[in-house]
Amino acid sequence: MNPESLSGPAAGATPSPDATHSSSEGAAIKSVKLRHPIRNVFAVIIVLLAVAFVYDAALRPAFNWPQVAKYVFDRRISEAAFNTLQLTVYSMVIAVLLGILLAVMRLSPNPVFKSLSWFYLWVFRGTPVYVQLTFWGLLSVIYPVIDFGLPFVDPFISLPTGDALNVFQLAIIGLALNEAAYIAEIVRAGILSVDRGQDEAATALGMSWFQSMARVIIPQSMRVIIPPVGNEVISMLKTTSLVTAVPYSFDLFTRSRDISAEAFTPIPLFLVASIWYLAFTSILMIGQYFLEKRFARGIGAAQPEKKVTVATGLVTVVGSPSDDASEPPRDPRGDGTR
Amino acid sequence: MNDTPMVEADRVSKSFGSNQVLRSISLTVKRGEVMCLVGPSGSGKSTFLRCINHLESVDAGRLRVDGALVGYRERGDKLHELKPQEAALQRRDIGMVFQRFNLFPHMTALENIIEAPLRVKRMSRAKAIERATDLLAQVGLDDKAASYPAHLSGGQQQRVAIARALAMDPKLMLFDEPTSALDPELVGEVLDVMKQLAKEGMTMIVVTHEMGFAREVADSLVFMDGGVVVESGVPREVLANPQHGRTQSFLSKVL
Ligand SMILES: Nc1ncnc2c1ncn2[C@@H]1O[C@H](COP(=O)(O)OP(=O)(O)OP(=O)(O)O)[C@@H](O)[C@H]1O
Ligand SMILES: [Mg+2]
Repeated sequence: MNPESLSGPAAGATPSPDATHSSSEGAAIKSVKLRHPIRNVFAVIIVLLAVAFVYDAALRPAFNWPQVAKYVFDRRISEAAFNTLQLTVYSMVIAVLLGILLAVMRLSPNPVFKSLSWFYLWVFRGTPVYVQLTFWGLLSVIYPVIDFGLPFVDPFISLPTGDALNVFQLAIIGLALNEAAYIAEIVRAGILSVDRGQDEAATALGMSWFQSMARVIIPQSMRVIIPPVGNEVISMLKTTSLVTAVPYSFDLFTRSRDISAEAFTPIPLFLVASIWYLAFTSILMIGQYFLEKRFARGIGAAQPEKKVTVATGLVTVVGSPSDDASEPPRDPRGDGTR
Repeated sequence: MNDTPMVEADRVSKSFGSNQVLRSISLTVKRGEVMCLVGPSGSGKSTFLRCINHLESVDAGRLRVDGALVGYRERGDKLHELKPQEAALQRRDIGMVFQRFNLFPHMTALENIIEAPLRVKRMSRAKAIERATDLLAQVGLDDKAASYPAHLSGGQQQRVAIARALAMDPKLMLFDEPTSALDPELVGEVLDVMKQLAKEGMTMIVVTHEMGFAREVADSLVFMDGGVVVESGVPREVLANPQHGRTQSFLSKVL
């Protein structure tokens, strides 16, 4: 294919603006719209390349599309997809609540809470999530029984750890406790982004430190917190594929891998898994868009032109740097890796 | 008639690290009195106001509001720090208005006003809304109840902030340069609300550069510089005939 030959007609294809109508009041601006010939050329090239790739992929035997179609709504796959969704939602809910608690503790005037929160972050950010998940899997080996009672007294209740917690719950605990450390840093940055005058005003009204946090500071920090937490949710969706370390093997990725091993067709099954992951991610992005709108209430409302359409909103919600200079860093891990 | 002074500062001092911001400030504000506090930037006016409602704590001297020591309890000859809840209890009787309004941007004007009565005083919602509506009318903003602060002009925001402070039925109002962040044409509407408040007998301490307001409304004027009270008295006299050199040079700049 020779893209060069296409540039001529592409540049000329821009519709010329029809700016002939005028009005009696004031001189209407009859400007010729700025043209972007290079941009159009590139767009055409990219579209052609994409078409070529899709056409090629559709016919390539390795992708084995009939196999993809066969498995994409397979009962075992959709079950596993549901498990992955559950892992994501449960661990994320716990992580957000715990993360807020940790962030608030870190910023509280109480030095005991401060150090506790710091220590938690040190441990859970300082070790890989895979190692942590393995550890949770070994919990029943390390602590065979869970005793409820007082020290030096026979326990009231004594539960074998293996009975108390199944692998699914251990996986959720493992993911949630790790994620909470990152959420805590996002929340802390969000809280610090709120003007100090807000806390002062609340305090001067007689509100307690806790009331000020819950009613004034945290709601305002949400605007800053939600975009990176949205990223974390999407990241979590994919991190669930590590729960095999627990070992929990009923999540989307592990199940796809297991099926592909018995069917000897790895590629179509990974395509199936990718389709599900992408579908979930898209749904999560829509949810994030509406959450962001909800928490933008009253803020930035002075600019009435800030009416984002659903389409552009979807494109920009995740990880797009906003024009707000007070924004905290989007990557709380600080190393740009997952 | 209760004649305990509303605010009584007795040789109050305050330092930030090695920077002594207040040096042995002594002054008295009687009930119903309006005191204007003026002075150059950095002279400690804001710090003094913030000490009065215990946003800062004083290092030395005694500061009393309505007879009660601010932030401490006196037992014998020892001072005991108040618990945060007790300090909050003291603060809710003292309204504060800030230079930059500090309205809660995620709440409408009405929600801003009812927040503290609901949470702090545990007032019923219906009663809080009724009171807030009255207050909004009092500051001339009955039609703005549902507006978010971002949709209000600076003057309107400051009037909502005053209504918010009044909703707690304070016995003392502190104003820290309430009109300094406003466009000149909006200053009047805020000063009018404050004048009305003074007329109704509210005890007020106002940090301001509006000498017209001081002359017309205030009962006393205190000039601070470098953390000390340089001069104080009846506004008309201090403004017309400042005794101290520093007062003279400051006034010549702002008048
Ligand atoms: N939280 C703080 N920590 C350290 N120093 C402070 C703090 N608050 C105020 N100061 C210092 O105290 C001094 C007095 O400040 P203050 O705000 O009381 O002055 P002011 O008279 O209100 O001035 P302005 O007219 O500029 O508002 C300044 O030198 C300031 O830098
Ligand atoms: Mg000040």
